[in-house]
Amino acid sequence: MEASLPRRLVSTPVAGPLAALLLACLFFGLNTGQFFTGPNFSLIIQQVMVVGTLAIGQTLIILTAGIDLACGAVMAFGGIVMTKLAVDSGLPPLLAVAAGLAVCAGFGLVNGLLVTRISLPPFIVTLGMLNVAFALTHIYSAEQTVTDLPALLTFLGQTFQVGQTNVTYGSLLTILLFLLFAYLLGSTAWGRHVYALGNNPEVARLSGIRTSRLLVGVYTLAGLVYGVAALLLVSRTGVGDPQAGQTDNLDSITAVVLGGTSLFGGRGLVLGTLVGALIVGVFRNGLQLMGVASIYQTLITGVLVILAVAVDQLSRRRTR
Amino acid sequence: MNAKLPAGLLTAALLIAGCGAGSQSTPGSAGTPKVGLITKTETNPFFVKMKEGAEKAAQANGLELMSAAGKFDGDNASQITAVENMVAAGVKGILITPSDTKAIVPAIKKARDAGVMVIALDTPTEPQDATDALFATDNLRAGELIGQYAKAAMAGKPAKIATLDLAPGVTVGRLRHDGFLKGFGVQEGDPSVVCSQDTRGDQARGQTAMENCLQKAPDINLVYTINEPAALGAYTALKAKGREKDVLIVSVDGGCTGTKAVQSGQIAATSQQYPLKMAGDGVKAVAAFAKGGQKATGYTDTGVTLITDRAVPGVEAEDTAFGLANCWG
Repeated sequence: MEASLPRRLVSTPVAGPLAALLLACLFFGLNTGQFFTGPNFSLIIQQVMVVGTLAIGQTLIILTAGIDLACGAVMAFGGIVMTKLAVDSGLPPLLAVAAGLAVCAGFGLVNGLLVTRISLPPFIVTLGMLNVAFALTHIYSAEQTVTDLPALLTFLGQTFQVGQTNVTYGSLLTILLFLLFAYLLGSTAWGRHVYALGNNPEVARLSGIRTSRLLVGVYTLAGLVYGVAALLLVSRTGVGDPQAGQTDNLDSITAVVLGGTSLFGGRGLVLGTLVGALIVGVFRNGLQLMGVASIYQTLITGVLVILAVAVDQLSRRRTR
Repeated sequence: MNAKLPAGLLTAALLIAGCGAGSQSTPGSAGTPKVGLITKTETNPFFVKMKEGAEKAAQANGLELMSAAGKFDGDNASQITAVENMVAAGVKGILITPSDTKAIVPAIKKARDAGVMVIALDTPTEPQDATDALFATDNLRAGELIGQYAKAAMAGKPAKIATLDLAPGVTVGRLRHDGFLKGFGVQEGDPSVVCSQDTRGDQARGQTAMENCLQKAPDINLVYTINEPAALGAYTALKAKGREKDVLIVSVDGGCTGTKAVQSGQIAATSQQYPLKMAGDGVKAVAAFAKGGQKATGYTDTGVTLITDRAVPGVEAEDTAFGLANCWG
C-alpha cells in the first residue's frame, strides 16, 4: 500500500489533469504577455466560478454513479426566483435568496426521491427535470430579464484587494466551497459512505449504510449547491437572466470528467473538478488573449475531454 | 487513498496563484491596437459575414481583430466572458451584437469604465445609451418597406394575413412586426391578421407555424415572416397545400439564400440589411478612436433596401441582381 510519492501521484486521478493545467498555463504564459498577471487569474476564477460551483454538485452525484442533466436549468430557475422575489415582489433580499436556495434544494430533493423511491435512472429523472425547470423559468420570468437588483444579490460580485489584484467575494466563496467538500468527502464518514455507495450500492447497503437516505441527501445537497451557483451567477451578471445556464449541465460534466472523476461512480476527487473547471477557463481565456476564435475553444475542449478519459483509462490498465 | 491529494493540489494552486501575482504588465501597451468583435453565435451566416467585414476593415486600418461568440442565441454568460477577456487583452474598442439586451449592460459598463469604446452592432442594448454608439439596421423601416410593398401588391384584394414572428420580448422582432403593420396600414389586432406565431427565425419552426396557421385559417393570402428561413419554412407548408402560387410571402434580412428565393419567386420581396457594413463601419470607428480621435456616438443607420423582381408602383426597390451582389451568407 505504501507506494513512493511519484508513483502515488501518477496513480491518482488528478495528477494528469493538474499536469495539463500547468502545461496550459505555461503555454499561454509564453505566448501572450497578458496571461501571467494577477488580474487575469482573478478573471479566470470569476469566469469559472458558476460552472465550477455547479460542478461541485455534479461531482457529488457522479460519485454515486448518477448524473445530473438539470443542474444548469435548476440554477437558472433559482436565479430568477431570487431576483424576481426581491425586485418584483418586494421581498427582503435575504429572504429572496433563501427562497431561491430552497427552491434549488427542493429540486434536488425531488430528484433524489424519484431516483430512490421509484428507482428511476438519474439520467431520466434529471432529463425530465431539465425541461420542467427550463419551462418554469420562462413561465415565471415571462421571458423578461430582471434588472435593478438590490445590493445584497450582487454582493458576491464585489471585489476586495489582494496586492494589486481585485478578487471577487464570489471567487473566494467558490474556493471555500471546494475546500469544504474536499474535507467532507475525504475526511468524514459521510464522504466514505458516498464513495462506498458509488463503488457498489449492494455492498454499501449490506455494510449498514442507509443508501436510499444517503442518496436523497446527496441530491438535495447538490441542489443546494446549485442554489449557491445561482447566487454567484446573479452577482456576476448583475441581472436575473431566464436564458442562463443552457449549456451548463454539459459544461459541469465536462469539468468533472476533465478533473479525473469516473462516470461509473466511486472514484474521483472534488478538487479534481476544480482543476477541470480551471482547465476549461484557462483555455478559453488564453486562446482569447491569443486571438483565437471561440469555436476553436469549443473544439479544443472536446478533444481534451476525450484525451483526459483516454489517458486515465490507459494508465489504469497499466497499473492493474 | 482518496484523501492524499488535497495537500498536493493546494501547493499547485498556490503555485499558480504565485505565478499570477508575480509579474506586472500593462495590457495593450505593445504592438498594433486591437479591436474585439463579439457576435451572438459563430454559426449564423449573418455573423459570419459580419466577421468578414470586420476582418477586412481591421486589415485596412492596421488593427488586430479578436473575435468571440456565444454558444447559442441568448448565451449571455459567454458574451460577458468575452468582454472581460478582451478588456484584459487591452482592446481599444469592442463591437458587440448583444444576445441579451439588458443582461449584458453591466459587463459593458465595466469595459467602458476601463476606457474601452463599446459599439453595439445590429441589436441595441437596453437602454440604448449603455454603449457609446449603435450601428444597425432600422428594423422598423425594414418592416415598413415590405408592408408598403405588400399593400401595393395586393392591389385592393382583401388580405388575410399570417405573421410568423421571432420570439416574445425581442426588440428586433417587435420592430419588424410593427413596421410591417404600419407599412400595410393596419393596427395591431386588426381582424385581417388572422394568425400570429413565433418561429425564433427557424425554418423548421416556420414550417410548423405556417401549417398550424393554415389549419386555423385556410384562406390566408399574405404571409409576413421575421426572416427568410422562416419564409422558406412557410413556403414549404404552403406548397404542401398547393397554395404556393396564390399566397404572397414577404420577409426581412437579405441573406443570399433568401435573395435567391426572391429570384425564384418563392418569396415576393425582402428587406435587405448589411451586416458587412455594420462591422466595417464599427471597426473604422475604433480605428479612429485608437488614433486619438473622438469616440463614436449615437445611432448610425446602416441602411435597408427592398429587393424584389416584381416591383410595384410607388415603392422604391432594387432587383435581385442588385440583391445578390450585396447579399450576405
